[in-house]
Amino acid sequence: MADLADIPNEFIRGELDEFVERENERRELIGLYAASAPHLLEIAAAIIDGRNHDADRLTLEALEGGTGALEIMDDGLIAGMALVGIKFRENFIFVPEVLACARAMKAGMVHIEPILAASGVEPLARVIMGTVKGDLHDIGKNLCIMLMRGAGFEVIDLGVDTSADEFIAAVEEHEASVVGMSALLTTTMPNMGHTIEAFIDADLRDDVKIMVGGAPVTPAFADEMGADAYGDNAVECVEVAKRLAGLAG
Amino acid sequence: MSRLLNRIATGELLISDGATGTYLQNNGLEPGGCPEEFNASRPEVIRGMAAAYFEAGSDMVETNSFGGSRYMLAKYGHGDRVEEWNRLAAELAREAAPEGCFVLGSIGPTGEILEEKAGTADAGEMYEVFAEQARGLAAGGVDAVCVETMSDATGEMKLAIRAVKEATGLPVVATVCYDRGPRGLFTMMGDTPQSAAETLAEAGADVVGSNCGIAIGDMIEVITAMRQATDLPILTHINAGIPRIEAGAIVYPDTPELMAEQLDRVVEAGANIIGGCCGTGPEHVRAFVSRLRGGSA
Repeated sequence: MADLADIPNEFIRGELDEFVERENERRELIGLYAASAPHLLEIAAAIIDGRNHDADRLTLEALEGGTGALEIMDDGLIAGMALVGIKFRENFIFVPEVLACARAMKAGMVHIEPILAASGVEPLARVIMGTVKGDLHDIGKNLCIMLMRGAGFEVIDLGVDTSADEFIAAVEEHEASVVGMSALLTTTMPNMGHTIEAFIDADLRDDVKIMVGGAPVTPAFADEMGADAYGDNAVECVEVAKRLAGLAG
Repeated sequence: MSRLLNRIATGELLISDGATGTYLQNNGLEPGGCPEEFNASRPEVIRGMAAAYFEAGSDMVETNSFGGSRYMLAKYGHGDRVEEWNRLAAELAREAAPEGCFVLGSIGPTGEILEEKAGTADAGEMYEVFAEQARGLAAGGVDAVCVETMSDATGEMKLAIRAVKEATGLPVVATVCYDRGPRGLFTMMGDTPQSAAETLAEAGADVVGSNCGIAIGDMIEVITAMRQATDLPILTHINAGIPRIEAGAIVYPDTPELMAEQLDRVVEAGANIIGGCCGTGPEHVRAFVSRLRGGSA
C-alpha cells in the first residue's frame, strides 16, 4: 500500500498531510496521488492552489506531450478538486478560495472537454440542478455545481426560480439520471415537494433520483417530501450524486 | 453625535424588534414574493408591523428594505424602484415610531460576490448600489442604517459601510451572519467573530454585531468573541432557533420564554442592543422586555 512519501509532489504531500484528517480519505487520496504522473500532479497542485493560468498552461503542455485527455482530467484536474472539496468541508478554506480553485479547474477543462466530446467519452452522469420556484438564491447551488463538475459530472444548470415543468423538461431533454434542487428560504422550500409531486404526476418519478439541499433543508424534511437523498454541504452533494448515479457505495 | 449613539452611550440596554420576513409571511406575503413591494402596495401592513413592535416594547425597529438594493429588486423586475421603496420603508416605520424611539434602515446582502473574492461583481458598481439604497432610506428619515446578514466582512460589508457613510453621514450598524462548521463559527467567506469585529471597527462601523444563521447558544459565543475584539457597542438579532418541519409546516423551535431565559447570558457576553431575527415576532419582544426590564416597560 502506498504511503505519503510515495507521492512525487512536495506541495501535495504537505497539503494532504495537513488538511486530510479522515483515515479513509487519506488512504484513498494517497493511493490516487501516488499513482499519478509527476506532470499531472503539477496540474492538481495548480488546482488546489487556485492558479488558473498555471492550470491552463500545464494542461496544454500535458496534451501536447501526448498524455491522454481522460488521464489529465482524472489524475490532474479531478484529483486536485478532490482535496479542495475536503479542505472546504473542514473549514480550512471558504467560498472565495473554492471559487478560485473552480476557476483553475475550468481553465484546464476547456482544453479537455472538446477532446472527450469528439471521442465519445461519456460523463460520469448527467445531473440537472436548479433553485426552486420563487427562490432567487444561487450561491450554494453554484458551489455544488462547481464541485460536481470538478468530480466529472456533466451538470445542466437551470439557474434560479425553476418551475417543476422546467425541471421535468430538462430531465427529458438531457436524459439526466439525477436532479438536484436547492432552496435558501423556508418559504420556498415546500416547492421542492411540489416539484417531486409533479414528477410523480408526469409518470417520471421512477426515472430519476432526486436530491435536495440548502440552508433550511434537513434530512427529515427531505424524507417527508419524498426526496431520495439530502446533502448538507457541497462536498456531500457530490458524494450523494455519485451514490444516486450508482457510482459509489 | 446622533441621537441613537447618544442613547447607547448612556449604557442603557436597548431592545430592538423581531423578524420582518416572518411577520410579512403571516400577513399576506406569498412564498417567493417581493417583500419591499409591500411598502407601496400594502403600506398599512408595514406601518402596522412597526407599530406592533413598538407596542411590544421595542426601542427601535428595522425598515422593510432588507432586499431593497438594485441587485435584488432587479431580480423581481423592480430595479427602478430602489429610491422610492426604500424611502417609503423608512417613512412608514417613522410614522409608527413613538417619540424617542428609533428607525434603523435595513440593508441586506446583494447576493453577489465581489471580483476580489473570485466572484463577478464590480466593487465600484456595488458601492453605488449601496449608496443608492442608503440615500433612499435617509430621505425617508432613518436614524441609522443597519447593514446586516453579511457573509463577507472584509469585502462587501466594508464597501457597504463606506458607501452608507459617504452617501448619508448616518451612523452604521454592521452585523454579520455566522454558521457553525466543523472548526467553529465562520461566515460563508471565512470571517471569524474576532476578525469581523476588528474589520468592521476599522471600516468605521458605529455598532457591530451578528444576526441570523445560528441559535441563541452559538450567538452568545459570537458576541463573547466580538466583545473581546472591540469596545464598540454590539447589536444582535437572534433567530428563534433553527427551523424544523412539523406536519408539513415550518416551525421555529425557540419560544419567547425559552429565548428570554437566556438573555442574561447574551447581556453578560457583551450585547448592548438585543432583538430577534427569523422566527421571532412581537411576542418575543414582549418577553425580552419583560425579562430585561422586569416587565416595567
